[in-house]
Amino acid sequence: MRVLQIIEPAHRATIEEQDDTVLWFTRAIRGAGAAADVLLAGTAVCYAVRGQSCPALRVGDWEQKHPPAIEHELGRLIESGARVSALVEDLDERGIDRRALIKGLVITTRKDLPGLLGRYDRVWKW
Amino acid sequence: MKRFLIVESRDPFEAASFAARNGLHVALAGDAEVTVFLVENAVLAARAAVAAIVLGGLRAAGVQVLADEFALQERGIAAGQLAAGVEAASLDRLVVELGRGAKAIWC
Amino acid sequence: MTTPSLTVLMMDAPYEQSRTTTAFRLLDAALRNGFAVHVFAYEGAVSLPSPRQRPHANALHGRTVEEEAHPTPHAWVSALMRLAEELKLPFEWVNCGLCVDERGADEAVAGVRRGSPADFWKMAGESTNTLVIATR
Repeated sequence: MRVLQIIEPAHRATIEEQDDTVLWFTRAIRGAGAAADVLLAGTAVCYAVRGQSCPALRVGDWEQKHPPAIEHELGRLIESGARVSALVEDLDERGIDRRALIKGLVITTRKDLPGLLGRYDRVWKW
Repeated sequence: MKRFLIVESRDPFEAASFAARNGLHVALAGDAEVTVFLVENAVLAARAAVAAIVLGGLRAAGVQVLADEFALQERGIAAGQLAAGVEAASLDRLVVELGRGAKAIWC
Repeated sequence: MTTPSLTVLMMDAPYEQSRTTTAFRLLDAALRNGFAVHVFAYEGAVSLPSPRQRPHANALHGRTVEEEAHPTPHAWVSALMRLAEELKLPFEWVNCGLCVDERGADEAVAGVRRGSPADFWKMAGESTNTLVIATR
């Protein structure tokens, strides 16, 4: 069963979870055998920007040991064979230069969405 | 034929993405059977007074538009106030559509 | 004839938004329409079956605890289990274990078990259809 994970919100609880929980979930089900790919849409296209570096959270005398490394997590997903794509219209809307994107990302357009969705058995939107 | 079942829960007047998704649903309807099931605040799109703008060309594209009767009643939208082509439905109908194996996407 | 089945992933913590009630209405409708139901609770949704939820009085409503009968999602989870038993349909509720740990949501009503995304994948693979109801 082929699954497309569409991720739209970004930076939701990523600091406390030290990851994006949907990217994490995707890696987890891929580990369980799922043929799952990712489409970054809406604000989540921001995850594809190269050079993200989340500062460690400090609260009182508490300091975070492992801030989220979303770019790294996406890279691992791509390295594992997942197709990770991003909607060009959403990148452009947010003024994100295509030269500033991580390696291995597939750029897709809204026009291509029906065809893309048609290639998967399940489409789960987050 | 391919089938898509979109459960739309977002407030169309708050979520800027609502209109963009409508565009996708119209495009999907080009070669698939598409049902949009409005739930929660998304049923606000079903009022006749605004549906033409908010629901765009869904009906013209052959998209079946259903609205959760529970949510309609909760918001005081009576049957007579529904846009033409929007049908009030119970969640039993949603279950039936899920049972038909449509690609189900909750928005 | 094979029993149709539905897997639903829920993500929202109790209260705060309306997806929870819609989801429970859907689960109820699915059972009443003869579906086996599998729920995977991810993130905040692992608190839905917590037996620690308690109803309270509501002075502004002018009602006592009993009169207000404040809804508690754990009661809905148990009610679905009873309905499934009555209808002789499979019903399972799996709480994502790591999500339980980080929220301290260790307690759950009887019948809820701990699992992982691999359980969700298995449920989805064996179901007629799957709906992911993500948080916003």
